[in-house]
Amino acid sequence: MDRIPRWADLALVPLVSLGLAALISALVILAIGQDPMEALNVMVTGAVGSAYGWGYTLYYTTSFIFTGLAVTIAFHAGLFNIGGEGQAQLGGLGVALACLFLPWPHWSLALIGASVAAAVFGAAWAAIPAYLQAKRGSHIVITTIMFNYIAASLMVFMLVDVLRPEGQMDPATANFPEATHLPTLNQIPGFNLIFTKDVPANVTFLIALAAAWVVWAILWRTRLGYQIRAFGKPGAAAHYAGINGFRITMIAMLLSGGLAGMMAINNVMGEAERLLQNSASGAGFIGIAVALMGRNHPVGVVLAAVLFGFLFQGGAELGLWTKIPIELRTVVQGLVILFTGALDYMVRMMLARVFALFRAPAEAKGAA
Amino acid sequence: MDYATLLQLLDSTLRLGTPLLLACLAGLYSERAGIFDIGLEGKMLMAAMSAGAVAAMTGSVWLGLLAAIAGSMIFAILHGVASITFRGNQLISGVALNFLASGITVLIAQALFGQGGRTPPLTGDGRFNPIVLPFAEALKDVPVLGPLYFEVISGHSILVYAALAFVPMTWWLLYRTRFGLRLRAVGENPASVDTAGVSVKGLRFAAVMITGVLCGVAGAYMATALQAGFGREMTAGRGYIALAALIFAKWRPWQALGATMLFGFFQALALRPDVVEAVVGRKVPVSMLDALPYVLTVLVLAGFVGKAIPPRAGGDPYVKER
Amino acid sequence: MGDAQYAIELKGISKAFGPVQANRDINIAVPKGTIHGIIGENGAGKSTLMSILYGFYKADAGQIFVDGKLTPIPDSQSAIRAGIGMVFQHFKLVQNFTVLENVILGAEDGPMLSTSLTRARKALADLAREYELDVDPDALIEDLSVGHQQRVEILKALYRQADILILDEPTGVLTPDEADHLFRILKGLKDQGKTVILITHKLREIMEATDNVSVMRRGTMVATVKTADSSPESLAELMVGRKVLLEVAKEPANPGAVVLSVKDLRIKDDHGVERLKGVSFDIRAGEILGIAGVAGNGQSELLAALGGMMKASGKITMQGVDLPLSGKGADGQSRRAAGIAHVPEDRHHHGLILDFSAWENVALGYHNDPAYQKNALFMDNDALIADTEKKMARFDVRPPIASLPAKSFSGGNQQKIVVAREMERNPTLLLIGQPTRGVDIGAIEFIHKQIVALRDAGTAVLLVSVELDEIMSLSDRIAVMFDGQIMGLRDPATTNERELGLLMAGMNGEAA
Repeated sequence: MDRIPRWADLALVPLVSLGLAALISALVILAIGQDPMEALNVMVTGAVGSAYGWGYTLYYTTSFIFTGLAVTIAFHAGLFNIGGEGQAQLGGLGVALACLFLPWPHWSLALIGASVAAAVFGAAWAAIPAYLQAKRGSHIVITTIMFNYIAASLMVFMLVDVLRPEGQMDPATANFPEATHLPTLNQIPGFNLIFTKDVPANVTFLIALAAAWVVWAILWRTRLGYQIRAFGKPGAAAHYAGINGFRITMIAMLLSGGLAGMMAINNVMGEAERLLQNSASGAGFIGIAVALMGRNHPVGVVLAAVLFGFLFQGGAELGLWTKIPIELRTVVQGLVILFTGALDYMVRMMLARVFALFRAPAEAKGAA
Repeated sequence: MDYATLLQLLDSTLRLGTPLLLACLAGLYSERAGIFDIGLEGKMLMAAMSAGAVAAMTGSVWLGLLAAIAGSMIFAILHGVASITFRGNQLISGVALNFLASGITVLIAQALFGQGGRTPPLTGDGRFNPIVLPFAEALKDVPVLGPLYFEVISGHSILVYAALAFVPMTWWLLYRTRFGLRLRAVGENPASVDTAGVSVKGLRFAAVMITGVLCGVAGAYMATALQAGFGREMTAGRGYIALAALIFAKWRPWQALGATMLFGFFQALALRPDVVEAVVGRKVPVSMLDALPYVLTVLVLAGFVGKAIPPRAGGDPYVKER
Repeated sequence: MGDAQYAIELKGISKAFGPVQANRDINIAVPKGTIHGIIGENGAGKSTLMSILYGFYKADAGQIFVDGKLTPIPDSQSAIRAGIGMVFQHFKLVQNFTVLENVILGAEDGPMLSTSLTRARKALADLAREYELDVDPDALIEDLSVGHQQRVEILKALYRQADILILDEPTGVLTPDEADHLFRILKGLKDQGKTVILITHKLREIMEATDNVSVMRRGTMVATVKTADSSPESLAELMVGRKVLLEVAKEPANPGAVVLSVKDLRIKDDHGVERLKGVSFDIRAGEILGIAGVAGNGQSELLAALGGMMKASGKITMQGVDLPLSGKGADGQSRRAAGIAHVPEDRHHHGLILDFSAWENVALGYHNDPAYQKNALFMDNDALIADTEKKMARFDVRPPIASLPAKSFSGGNQQKIVVAREMERNPTLLLIGQPTRGVDIGAIEFIHKQIVALRDAGTAVLLVSVELDEIMSLSDRIAVMFDGQIMGLRDPATTNERELGLLMAGMNGEAA
């Protein structure tokens, strides 16, 4: 097998994958008769060309950090959690119940309470597939997919039949009380120097960054993280070491579901300020792309989340200002997952060839 | 519930169960060959868009069907290249292709027709129209069986009957032919096939292609028979329900028919909450009926309703061991 | 041009896997109608060579002649067409297919199965009569014993009209009875004019069954001789390349108190088959108890149960304290806490995490060790790395780089990492399985010396090995296992290989 240097494996492989995804997206734009350069221009201007644009980009980024971390931590335990979407929706339910039915004196306390509720609800939704995987051998990928759909139905039921206020037509909860409204970046001293207009990015962004650090510390600096990573590797060395597979599966999935659930404090509490149907709006799935792109490392996840935040905000701008439909971002998302996740071996092989090309003349010179 | 209502329900069951059946059989080929495919949804969507677009442009539903198969095949080949040639993660590849399909179908439809990602409504020869089976009219008045034949069995599009015919065909192919033996073997232990001098990659690609064809038919049915044209996300999770049905059926063709018709029945019920209310005696939220197939599948996966053992080599790219 | 008196002639075969040269310029000629042995240590390149002959791998260079004709074999199909059949060490059978279906797979008569099945049923009946190859054609493979599964593999080859049959380590998983039966089958095949190539690392089989023998060492072909003209000693020397010093210098043991007492230990596998059928023994401080036996007679299960990796019933007492055999406390962590260290039989699957660095592997099983913790929350990776470097220096692990992933070390150095981790804790009891499997000679001597040193320091050592020589040279007492039971206990000073061999074959002259 040809080898590629470690730095290339860490940085170049995702970048080349991204490049390939971008190239194909450009071809798609050309094929539908639009101008890729103009598209890029619109995206850059709209998403990162102004503080206002950043305010949206970072809002999306926040959600994607949570869901990306959720996929990452499960991945290290050898579990592919596709259920982030459903777990995030349940997290939204937790947030809504906490905000609507508990009297909060101040947003900071509400934030703590709602975060706990979001994490608990998300974790609970991940707990059942985790238990079924650990005790009964049900494939977690399939069960988490099923749980996404069950979650969607459950949310419809809750919003239509239970939580919808009398006389309201659309399936949603009532608006959350004023005291639970989170400060957006333009309301936070310091940040308000940059963000002068009202933006959706809010204090949750800082929590997301903290969560990334916590996940890193857990995975690489604690006994729990050691056990999670040992358990997630092929072979039965973890069993030999006396690591309790059931316990690790449960803990990893609870953490994963909790993180996915916590996304809800960003979108449900921080932005919509009430619970709507399909509240996660795909962010759970984007977590997969973010984790893959970020090489399952929290630093990579944050960077990839910013990239997808850009893509999301930029894609929305495209829908507004050009004839390119907003669905372009779903295309890019699919391509990124395809190249970083499934065709990763192809990208590596390509890079190995390129490196071999550079190495061969050097070796020939050495031999002569 | 009276007999007429029951017949209506069963008629809807067959109508709604057909795309599930086609997709389920499609998945059966791929997964029996050891390639997991959670990309049934994406292939159906791609096929539905292709069928809707081409049928609208040419006015021929048959050309639409061919386009559907072609569109689905492109995605099948992509999945094959990723998971067979480059030994990528089959689950991730499936997820990726679903997203790709979800986005690209809207992009193409919008570029072609500019109708918000829909294809224009199909009429006449642009659709697969209902076929009245022989003697349906004549036998209509025979008690019990007559209406059953007329209402439920007769009066569907050709694709419904094709889907039903695929069930025994699949069974026969799988258990009575050389191809079937090798296909099942490659999903259980690819090394057995490899050492017998048969190409593992060739067999798996063949299986993935059949999956492409059947998903193509399923998508065409969605856009040209069940509905009259393509709309964004029109498959609405049917690929996943088919996957659930496949597990429920434990990867066997006749059981696939049973499972998809059961899930089709749930969908039919969800369209008639009034009937459910009349039978159960109280109001049942539609969302609960929607969730039923998934809940059942989880129960099967958990081994509470029999044990579902997937093909042993499923999900593993084949590498000659050292 | 080849010579028609040879069924197979290989000329100049080379094959590399990345940086590893598995075969280097191999030449070999196998006369028709003979049983030809190929012997060599683990990793000598025997299996690779035969996989090339069967078209499973493509050679980088070289030529293959079959019956004197140059025959390129790019794939298994070509090998089958050339009349070559192969029985792999790990069978290539479909578990939930019937015997018949497995036999016809890939050799069907036409697109429909029915004709193939009818013909195969008749052919199998004929073959069964001719060669003592009885198997129920309608049985599912998963219901068959290992010996019967192997017969199906032979039937597959014969059904494909193979004239040349290659068997790769065929007796590793067989009981002595089954092995004898296999050799009768092979003799029968030879009498019918077929050529058999037998790959093994067991000298006894070579001496018993073969006409000629080729010896491989580190990817090269060292010699081909007539079996009758050779001796086990000369072959062994050819295999390892120098006089083998299998005797380990050690003083007589000085056993102390009983450390571990095992009573009526029983294990059932997933299929409800009893793999351990009531094993009892004591082991004392400062002695090495060797467990001899053919692979698959319950030794692995014994180690797994004592190491907390497998549920069992019965009773084990460690220094007066009962250890649980199932449920809470029956896990690797509790066992380590009780003073039991465990070098597992399979270092790739159990002993190491290949993607982890050396230092992360040193924490495997000991991640809760207070010495590796910075505080209640965090681990002290620096301390762990320092400890790893110390251990690597003591055990001469090369290269001595703690951050290198385990997969980057050679087999011998990987084993040294595992052994260092387990031995450096001065355990009360050391469980050690196949301590030198796939390890080079230098490392073998080193590891053997460490085991003896640990014994002399007062540790009780339970040694499981399928290498009888290793058992004989290290043990202070030898227990022989057969079919999940201990057949007898022997003193290495007074017993011999013959006696142990009989016990390993399940023949017990006297009460144990």
